[in-house]
Formats: sequence, C-alpha cells, structure tokens
Amino acid sequence: MSLLEVEGLEVHYGGIRAVKGVDLVVDEGELVCLIGANGAGKTSTLKAICGLLPSHSGSVRYSGQEISKKPVYELPRRGLVLVPEGRGVFPQLTVAENLAMGAYARRDGDVARDLERMHGLFPRLAERRSQTAGTLSGGEQQMLAIGRALMSRPRLLLLDEPSMGLAPLMVAKILEIVREIARQGVTILLVEQNAKLALEIAGRGYVMESGVLALAADSKSLLADPRVRQAYLGEGAA
Amino acid sequence: MDTFIQQLINGLTLGAVYAIVALGYTMVYGIIQLINFAHGEVVMIGAMVAFTVINALAGSGLPPLAVVLIGTGCAIPVCVLVGYAMERLAYRPLRRAPRLAPLITAIGVSIILQNLAMLVWSRNILAFPQIIDIKLYNIAGATITNVQIVIILTCILIMVALAALVYRTRLGTAMRATAQNPQVAGLMGIDINRVIAATFAIGAGLAAVAGVMVGTYYGIAQYTMGSILGLKAFTAAVLGGIGNVPGAMLGGVVLGIVEALGAGYIGTYTDLCKISGISDWLTQRCANDGHFVLFGSNYQDVFAFAVLIMVLVFRPSGLLGERVGDRA
Repeated sequence: MSLLEVEGLEVHYGGIRAVKGVDLVVDEGELVCLIGANGAGKTSTLKAICGLLPSHSGSVRYSGQEISKKPVYELPRRGLVLVPEGRGVFPQLTVAENLAMGAYARRDGDVARDLERMHGLFPRLAERRSQTAGTLSGGEQQMLAIGRALMSRPRLLLLDEPSMGLAPLMVAKILEIVREIARQGVTILLVEQNAKLALEIAGRGYVMESGVLALAADSKSLLADPRVRQAYLGEGAA
Repeated sequence: MDTFIQQLINGLTLGAVYAIVALGYTMVYGIIQLINFAHGEVVMIGAMVAFTVINALAGSGLPPLAVVLIGTGCAIPVCVLVGYAMERLAYRPLRRAPRLAPLITAIGVSIILQNLAMLVWSRNILAFPQIIDIKLYNIAGATITNVQIVIILTCILIMVALAALVYRTRLGTAMRATAQNPQVAGLMGIDINRVIAATFAIGAGLAAVAGVMVGTYYGIAQYTMGSILGLKAFTAAVLGGIGNVPGAMLGGVVLGIVEALGAGYIGTYTDLCKISGISDWLTQRCANDGHFVLFGSNYQDVFAFAVLIMVLVFRPSGLLGERVGDRA
C-alpha cells in the first residue's frame, strides 16, 4: 500500500476539464515531482487531493483511506499538508504566529521544540520571528511557508511551486531545503515548473500535459528523455 | 458647571459603549467581509432580556448590583445564541454568494429580530425600574455618576480582555489567520466554520453587555433602539478602520466624544441672538427670552453621520485601517 494513491482523478471548472483522469502513487519516504507547463493541471491536481477543489470523479486514498470527501481542516491532523502556490503566509501575523498556526492541529506539548528545530533549519526566520510575514522577502516567505507546514509534523508534504517568483540563487536554496526535508524522512510530492531542478532532487517524476500524465519514470530517465529535454529543459529540436 | 469637561465625561461613557458594539461589527467584517447590519438588534435583545430579568427581580430585595449582574448573565447567553443562530442559518449558506446577498440578508435578519422583539416585549417604551442609587461625584467642575464610572471601567476591562483574546490566544491567532486567508487557514487544520461561529458569538456577547449598559444608563429600552445604536457603532467601526480591532475601540470613543461635544455646544454656537442687528424682529424676540437657537442638542445624531460622511470622503480606510505589508 502506498501512502498516497490517486486513481482516475478528474477536476472540472465549469465546463472545462482541467484534470482528465490522473493516476499517481507516492510511497512512504519518496520524493516525487510532478512537472509540466503552465496550465497543465498540476495545481488543480494538488488542490483536488487536499479537497480544496471538488473532484468530479476518481478517488484519493491517503494511508489507505479515502480522503476526497473529508473536510480540508482534518488533513493536517492525519499528517497531510499542502504548501500552496504563492506561499499563502498570513501577511499580518508575525513569523512566530505563522509557525504557531502550522502546529494548530497538534495537541501535544512538543511544539516549542519543533519551533527550535525550524529556527535551526531556517536561521532567517529566527532573526525575524517578531516581524510580520508580509514584510519578508519572497524567499523568506517561502521558507516560512515550508517551516509552517513542517510544524504540523507531516507524513506527506505537498509542495506547490516553491520556486515560483524567486531569484535563481534562492530557488537553489529552497530546493536544497526540500531535499533536506525529504532526507529527514518526510514523504514529498513536489509540483514544479522548474523541471530540471525538480528532477535533480526527486527520485521519480510525472510529466503532466493538458490534464493528463504524459510520462512517468525515474528522474534519470526523464532527464535523459528527448521529449522532456525538448519541452521542459529548453533544448532545441536538434 | 464646565460644559467641556461634562460633555467629555458623557461622551466617554457613550463612546465606550459604541466601542463595545463596534467591536462586533469590525470582528465579523474582518473575518468574512460582511457588515452585519443585524448586530444592533442583538444589542436591543440584550437590553430587552436584561429589562425582563431586572424588572422581575426588582422587588426581590437582592442588592441592585446583583440584580444587574444577573440580568447581564441572562442577556449574554441569549444574545450569544442569537448571534450563533444568525450566522448558522442566515449567513453561512451564503458564504460563497456575491457580497450583496449576505448584506441584504443582514437587513432582513435585522427586520425579523425587531419584529420578534416587538411581539415579545410590545411596542411600548419599557422603563427600567430605578433600582440603582445614583451617586454624583465632582470632577473639575463637572459631575460623573456611579453608573457612568461602572460603564467606563467595564468597557475598558472588556476591551483589554478582548485585545488579549485576539492577540494572545490560539483562538485569536486562528481568527486573524482566517481573516487573512481562510483557505490556507483550513490547510493548517483550522476549522474555519467554528472560528467564524466563535467570532459571531463573541461579538454577540459584547452586544449583550452593551445592551444592558445602554438600558441602565438611559433607563429605557424599546424594540427599535438597536437600529440607531447599531448605525452609530457601525460609524465608529468605519471611523476606526473597519476590520481593525484597536480601530473600533478608538473609533467608538472618538465618536462618542464628538457627538457629546457637538450636542453640548451646537446650541451656543447657533444662537442667533449672539449676532446682533440681523433684523428688528429678531432683536425683539431676543429681548423677550434671550435665545433663538437654530439647532438644538436634538441634532446630536447628525454629528455621528457627519463624521461617517467625512471619513468616507477623506479617509475611507479609517483612522487605523491602513493595510500595509500585504505582499513582499
């Protein structure tokens, strides 16, 4: 049994079919990436997994249980957390408050120790703990969004375009952090437009094209695949 | 007697009550961007329930303070229930509707509550029994009553407690998080329906206390009392910056003082007898009774709404309603 099993997932916006029958699995301990062009349906797939978007048909099983009809707020309690596209930090809450909200679903008293751990992982956030999140730079906000998600002690972390809108140096740094989190045992499904960097850190990848999964393979083969190279890695037809 | 100090005291009393009611408007607006026009009616229901209880216990020989406290203790749960019910039944089904729909619904809820109150408590003006022994104290040439002191101190206490709730507790942080991004709040495990319901309940509880204070201060209650009070508290919330908790407190106090000073001085400054020689008829009239006042203190309400118009024209975001740092 895989940690996350998605079968025949369809998402419709009005009459438009954004996701047309996606099957994907993520096993415990894996770092899997989902790459594809703008508008391919990657974000819609993630949102439907979390119940932020209603799925038209198909099933989403997390740890063996069907979750597509569960309310959104129940998922963090089960260890499934999404870091949304555009980071979604609470701009007028302080960094510390944002992190505390990440641990909202937890009832144990160990939050303080995890806060220390986040400060270790993201020294920038420690420096700015009493600043409001809206005053942080884009990269710092992304760190905060990831740190906040980690505060819930997730089993499965869904990351939606963590590199979006960041400077190249910061992109490399964020993806390095993602790799580090995976190394610590968190299962990750990473959605990225930056296919090359995503494939470099992921073990496996799916390629999404206009609502369907066009390719699925381990990262090495995808990086070597001529279609991927041409369409996503910016190499010419020759 | 010093008019200025006296009106300052009266304005502070009134303003403190406005602030408590304005908090209900601003918290609900902050979290779901709804102007809950039925909020004034919750204040009215609080006053009505307190009236019934105080009236029933007036002859019981209990100390007056205990009677008022029991009245408040009954008004709060009733109002909390009303606040919760209106969110659950009227506003939650419209959460995803265009903004105009819940706004019109709020006006409908307000009419329903007024009519229910009319059926229960009649159309008459209800006079609170005079159980409190009013004592007067002198401050700098003006007087302050023990009721005023209690009202001001209670309001300060409530505001401090509410600020602590909103800025120091887990629920308060969840409320602010939900206000800023409900979708992500849900992703963090926050049940936003519960947080929104809690916001309505807290606002309604504050309204109940405000209702008891207004009722005991003026000594009367009527089923229509909520609308004008609600509008003024709404004005206070807009003045402070709607959605902003400290803003509602500031806006309430400022509005109360502006209103009281306005009412206190408008008669003096629109007394045509002070300008001599306008016409013979006027001179003659002034010789008879000394005053010919154009606008009297019954124009008190005009000030609140003049303030509302000025805020909307010159500073629509309100005194403290500046939103900064939304995006990096």
